[in-house]
Amino acid sequence: MITGRGRYVDDLVLSGMLYMAVVRSTEAHAKIVSIDTEGAKTATGVHGVFTSEDLDLEAPLPMVWIPPGVEVKTPETWPLAKGVVKYVGQPVAVVVGADKYGVVDAAEQVVVEYDPLTVVVDPEEALKDGSPLVHEEFGTNQTHEWTIGGGDMDAAWADADVVMERRIVNHRVAGAPIEPRACVADFRAGALTLHLTSQNPHLIRLFMSGEFGISEDKIRIIAPDVGGGFGVKIMHYPEEVIAAWASRKLNRPVKWTETRSENLTSTIHGRDQIDYVKVGAKRDGTITGLECTAICDLGAYYTLLTPFIPCFTGFVISGCYKIPNLKYTARGVFTNKMATDATRGAGRPEATHLIEVMVEQLAAELGMDSLELRRKNFIPKEDFPAEVAIGVVYDSGDYHGSLDKLLTHVDVDAFRREQEELRGRGIYRGIGFSTWMEICGLAPSRVVGPSGVGLQAGFYESSIVRIHASGAVTAYTGTAPHGQGHDTAFAQIVADRVGATPDQVDVMHGDTGTGPFGLGTYGSRALAVGGESLAQSALKVADKAKRIAAHLLEAAPEDVELSDGKYSVKGSPDKGMTLAEVAGAAYVPENLPEGMEPGLEETTFYDPTNFTWPFGAHACIVDVDAETGKVDVVRYVSVDDCGPAINPMLIDGQIHGGVVHGIGQALYERIHYDEDGQLVTGTFVDYALPSAADVPSFETDRTETPSPVNSLGVKGVGEAGTIAASAAITNAVIDALRPLGVTYIDMPLSPQRIWSAINEAGPVVGDVPHDPGKQGGEWNGHGSGSAGSGPTAPSEGGGA
Amino acid sequence: MARVSMTVNGVQYDQDVEPRLLLVHFLRDTLGLTGTHVGCDTSNCGACTVHLDGDAVKSCTVLAVQADGSEVTTIEGIGSEGDLHPLQEAFWKNHGLQCGYCTPGMIMAGADLLAKNAAPSEEEVREALAGNLCRCTGYHNIVKAVLDAAETTKGVPA
Repeated sequence: MITGRGRYVDDLVLSGMLYMAVVRSTEAHAKIVSIDTEGAKTATGVHGVFTSEDLDLEAPLPMVWIPPGVEVKTPETWPLAKGVVKYVGQPVAVVVGADKYGVVDAAEQVVVEYDPLTVVVDPEEALKDGSPLVHEEFGTNQTHEWTIGGGDMDAAWADADVVMERRIVNHRVAGAPIEPRACVADFRAGALTLHLTSQNPHLIRLFMSGEFGISEDKIRIIAPDVGGGFGVKIMHYPEEVIAAWASRKLNRPVKWTETRSENLTSTIHGRDQIDYVKVGAKRDGTITGLECTAICDLGAYYTLLTPFIPCFTGFVISGCYKIPNLKYTARGVFTNKMATDATRGAGRPEATHLIEVMVEQLAAELGMDSLELRRKNFIPKEDFPAEVAIGVVYDSGDYHGSLDKLLTHVDVDAFRREQEELRGRGIYRGIGFSTWMEICGLAPSRVVGPSGVGLQAGFYESSIVRIHASGAVTAYTGTAPHGQGHDTAFAQIVADRVGATPDQVDVMHGDTGTGPFGLGTYGSRALAVGGESLAQSALKVADKAKRIAAHLLEAAPEDVELSDGKYSVKGSPDKGMTLAEVAGAAYVPENLPEGMEPGLEETTFYDPTNFTWPFGAHACIVDVDAETGKVDVVRYVSVDDCGPAINPMLIDGQIHGGVVHGIGQALYERIHYDEDGQLVTGTFVDYALPSAADVPSFETDRTETPSPVNSLGVKGVGEAGTIAASAAITNAVIDALRPLGVTYIDMPLSPQRIWSAINEAGPVVGDVPHDPGKQGGEWNGHGSGSAGSGPTAPSEGGGA
Repeated sequence: MARVSMTVNGVQYDQDVEPRLLLVHFLRDTLGLTGTHVGCDTSNCGACTVHLDGDAVKSCTVLAVQADGSEVTTIEGIGSEGDLHPLQEAFWKNHGLQCGYCTPGMIMAGADLLAKNAAPSEEEVREALAGNLCRCTGYHNIVKAVLDAAETTKGVPA
């Protein structure tokens, strides 16, 4: 990649390849009256123009959550619109032709006549009686209601001395990997090879087998180098299905590459919960209960996991705290927008944000130091494995320890003195904390499967460790990395266990043709589940190698050890066999133990017994310009615990990237639809990703608390930074602006929002607290309040 | 059609192109130099950064015909396996890339910076890279890599 020789999907050129362009809906909700394809069909180089009437598929696009006992209204979703469109960007027709620019010209010749219907954009308005409906057939815009809880909420409020309520918006964002989605479909002679920007090729293969009515072994999905995923490349999208269908129809390979505009309208969005949070505590800071009702704006059609994502918020609603009474309710809502689904953190950033912001709101209300409040309520180290009130069991943790470590880097007393001094000079500096935990290492199949949580899948991970005749090593993994450096970490894990060096281990992934069914890379699972699977395959290989060596060295297998790269008799390290020598004996098997098969390779399907639960403590210092509302992130310190650090450089890389992703949501990024359902933030001009000039360098440290769930003790870290950061930033900005009467502000903390909050707050009179409702924070219990689809001011874009 | 003539990574090309053909597509599709990437459609992301007559440009916002008679250098042209440019070496050593998609653009932007400012401060590096977006690394190690390369090439004539 550093020499420009990466192989991304759009780099691929196949002989005879055609290009596909998609005609997309410009209406958020409309009947399709007619589609005139004549002009496009006769344009130069065009081989075909197709609508839903042409596509003969055996199955619609999948959504895999069917929770027992919970009704989830699930619209049937086909790749091309059938008679109606329900979001701007929805695919309506495709043009396939010989020239990349020509198909775009031809697509503009397709004339679609729409008969507009009423658009639904505000999820809270959508839930009211009499609201226009996104899907008439359901009679409601509510998709489902899902609850998790434990204890007794009435007792919680009765026991509390203080009860606080806030309406906290976790707004819609885009995953926005720098590489847009792309595919090259080659469906000739009855077999499909699909090159795809996918985080999980095997799953895609399974779905397409159903859609095309052909067996899985006739389909090969290859994810070559993938330029970032962040969750959005997990799902199974219309375009790859259509490209495959067109390839079969035209008997030519077909390439489709997304433009960034298409990526922002038609690749999944993330988050979009309005969280009505209520927390109760005693005067001394002991939290008696936390309740949250989340209004979840899911869009018009689901993708793979859409309505399930808020469940993750529920699974971690206790945070790092021992809260005896808990309840989280997700109410999903249909709107005329693109689907939301898993984006980095998938429901857990939402939880950490609401919990950690509320903790600091509560501390301010009680007149208590927020770190002291946290300590008082942290689950103590001795309590692990810890079952929390909602019934989930955290594997291991040391929340006091990670906070202690954070504070060795941040002198809060010194900061407070500095803060006061700077304030005297008109500089508003603030500090915010976020003590986070999360649930990852997806996933124990018996917990999440069809009879449990309701996912129609298992989440084990496959691996093969193959020693070749020459002693070379290939490790196959069912995970599908896209920048995490799995090759490095996996090579280390396998090499250590079989007696090779990491550079002797070739890691293969991303191709359904080369390894067994695997579940892919997302949910911070690759090391905890994929790595463990490889460790087990490697140990099986080592075990067989020991038995071969024992046989040839005329010793008992239990007397043979792997030491210093040799299989040798304990105590006689100089008389050992290298892996290559053992492999030679295995592949030229004239002298193997009785009953042993030749060859030296082992397979494992590893299903974890639990999720893993990483945790940590972050601190963020910001300067806020009270005149312009601009926020400068001055310092960001993190202490993160993902178990033993197999490769510290890779871990730091994930933290850096994750934190900036969270800073992006907190300060700059927002997906915004106007009242006509038009996407206003449709390019990188309006959807503002942070640049290098917008963020500082980071100070990262670690604690290492092993997980009992896998032999490596590892927990996963890919999403941690994103899970923690938005609360740290928000708390820091509020801390900076409290002297100006600001007590709460919703994200994104754009200059306009901050300026408005300061100016609406007015001058502080004594210590009378200001109405948080004016700053977007009040809950009156009935779900009304400022517009759910965006901030109060219409002209706000995505930031500076 | 228009005729363009340009040198890319030291190789002379003469091609007929549509006047509207973007330089990035000329490089990727016509010449097969796929190291330069497309990440957006509004000139924000910088994944398409190349050097045109010695200056960094976003090749998605340059027409191939505008590069007629010019010298273009892409990521493939500044170094290769076994003979890496100091920036390529530094990105590798400092874990300055994860998915690698923004990397060619980052390296070309970084090379342009170092050619004009051989000893930049961290702030200067961050400002210079403000036109190149990365979603994976959080920029921390990218900045480290550029500063490392600057250190390595200190005193060495460009």
